[in-house]
Amino acid sequence: MASVMTDPDLQQAIETAALKSDRFRLEREADWVRLEEIVTQMEKGKARKLSDEDVLALPTLYRTLLSSLSIARESSLDAGLIDYLEGLALRSYFMVYGTQTSFGRWLKGFFGGGWSQAIREIKLDIWIALFVMIAGTVIGYVLVAGDSDWYYALVPGNFAEVRVPGATEEALRGTLFSTEEQDGLGVFAAYLFSNNAQVAILAFALGFAFAIPSILLLIHNMALLGAMLWVFAQRGLTVEFVGWLSIHGTTELFAILLAGAAGIHVGRSLAFPGAKSHLTAASDAGKRAALVMAGVVIMLICAGLLEGFARQLINNTGGRYLVGGAMLLFWLTYFFVFGRKRAEIAS
Amino acid sequence: MSSTATDPWIRRSANPKLDRIMVSPEGVPLNVTVATAGARAGALTLDILIILGLILGVTLFGLLVLWGFEAAFGGDTSLEESGPLSVVAVFWIIAVFLFRNAYFLYFELGERAATWGKRAVGIRVAARDGGRLTAEAVIARNIIRDIELFLPLVFITSGEAEGTMTDFTAWAGFLWVLMFLLFPLFNKDRLRCGDLIAGTWVIQNVKRNLDGVVAPSAEASTNPAAGQATSRYEFSDSDLSVYGEFELQTLESVLRTGTDEALETVTNSICAKIGWEPGSGDERIFLEAYYTALRAKLESGMRFGKRRKDKYSADI
Repeated sequence: MASVMTDPDLQQAIETAALKSDRFRLEREADWVRLEEIVTQMEKGKARKLSDEDVLALPTLYRTLLSSLSIARESSLDAGLIDYLEGLALRSYFMVYGTQTSFGRWLKGFFGGGWSQAIREIKLDIWIALFVMIAGTVIGYVLVAGDSDWYYALVPGNFAEVRVPGATEEALRGTLFSTEEQDGLGVFAAYLFSNNAQVAILAFALGFAFAIPSILLLIHNMALLGAMLWVFAQRGLTVEFVGWLSIHGTTELFAILLAGAAGIHVGRSLAFPGAKSHLTAASDAGKRAALVMAGVVIMLICAGLLEGFARQLINNTGGRYLVGGAMLLFWLTYFFVFGRKRAEIAS
Repeated sequence: MSSTATDPWIRRSANPKLDRIMVSPEGVPLNVTVATAGARAGALTLDILIILGLILGVTLFGLLVLWGFEAAFGGDTSLEESGPLSVVAVFWIIAVFLFRNAYFLYFELGERAATWGKRAVGIRVAARDGGRLTAEAVIARNIIRDIELFLPLVFITSGEAEGTMTDFTAWAGFLWVLMFLLFPLFNKDRLRCGDLIAGTWVIQNVKRNLDGVVAPSAEASTNPAAGQATSRYEFSDSDLSVYGEFELQTLESVLRTGTDEALETVTNSICAKIGWEPGSGDERIFLEAYYTALRAKLESGMRFGKRRKDKYSADI
């Protein structure tokens, strides 16, 4: 970094400079050096230590620098100087137009309508995902009803110890109302969350391949559910099973539905970008879907807690329906009613 | 997005194919250089090592806490399901989930838009259209990382561990990883799938210091008080018409960084070219005078919109 000269020295240097472009440079150098110091501070994460004058000066200094750069490109052949200006322009550009929303402010916007808004924007994809999930459940149910061997193909081994076709009613009832696991509930909830979040992220991320893998993943997961439903239905436990499932399932399945819909949204806009270019369509859809996904992770935290704690603690079907139904009502209201008026006014 | 630099014959990076222009909201074109695939791979390797290190650290910390409980309250309490073991386990599962997913998010949302690995190799994330890098874009590009990287890693390691891996699945997994890992090599902006979805790209950081004026002694030539003998070099128009901008900038770099030997070599070749007799011991003064005169001539041409790329192009 060039040392900033004192005023009389600088004046003399400007007067004696042989080249117009050097004079140009010496006259503006102090501003550039000041801007560089501000930017360096900000890059180190010490933006709060900057004085008020510096913060206020930043946009002005930045625009002055851009104009200096434009002039220098057209009038100076000092390659070192132009390189410096190019580099500084880019660095200060990132400070002026960087990620300026603090995490707190982003979170406020997210819960205060941004999340609901994003979900309303992918409504069509949510309908598609819902259709796919229902179809998956029906397929699972019908397959196992036709030939119970299908059950073992659909359901992974660790789920299928007790809940198998032909299990007694007591055994199945035991899996729905057992209290054994209560001690390790915290671990169980955390594990479930981590696991489910990864599945949801997968459902979204696979949308990249024109949504087909997302749809297949949804069908597979729901076929598993359909197969289980059949096993319990055979012993007349349908109502109890749905209750056992719904306490956390309304939240968890809703989250997976949204994740799948987000994946389908990205895949659909890649395949059919409309009037936009493929790249623009993909990045627009990607950003919208990312908001939905951030919300999905939050929903899965709720689902993990409900599954780990509430399901084991509330041991009667009525209570389970009540909690599950309340959660579903809450999500639907929040997504499709909340913030709607504000969005309409804004548009 | 065109790839012509605003100053077409200034070489900006080692690989001109990676030079791009990003137009700032003020309408000024800014030169950026897309990060090379090697830099990206290096940064990713560092980040994975850091994440593994963090996971290892949390594991050791958890074991330490358990050991502490055991030492304090005897061996039995810690192994009960509702005891410290489960608290530590909950903490561990959540910490690992966060390291895996939030590490990239947290750092790329910061001022420098780069993880520790990216900072180490000097690259950063930016929005491709020149606008703000939004939180949504950073989330989107990092969620996709899951299928690119972690999914196959988990798939392959768990398959190996459980012995359920057949040759076919191993190869399928390998191809999957390869497809995503090599994706940046098949497009000119080095975009990974996540960049594509999020509308971002990864570019090189530039940090250059402001060097002094190239030829300080030549400035004094018009100032009689300085009393230096630079005025003895007078160049005619034909002396200055042998070189263009490329040679001027080569001369600049020699003056900025060259050794005495280099100065002598350059002096000799310039003198041979313009038919002068090289003096000795006075190379720097001579070269600075020549540099200033040549630059004054070329810059005055620039002001009239005439530029000369190098010695092979027509004189202005």
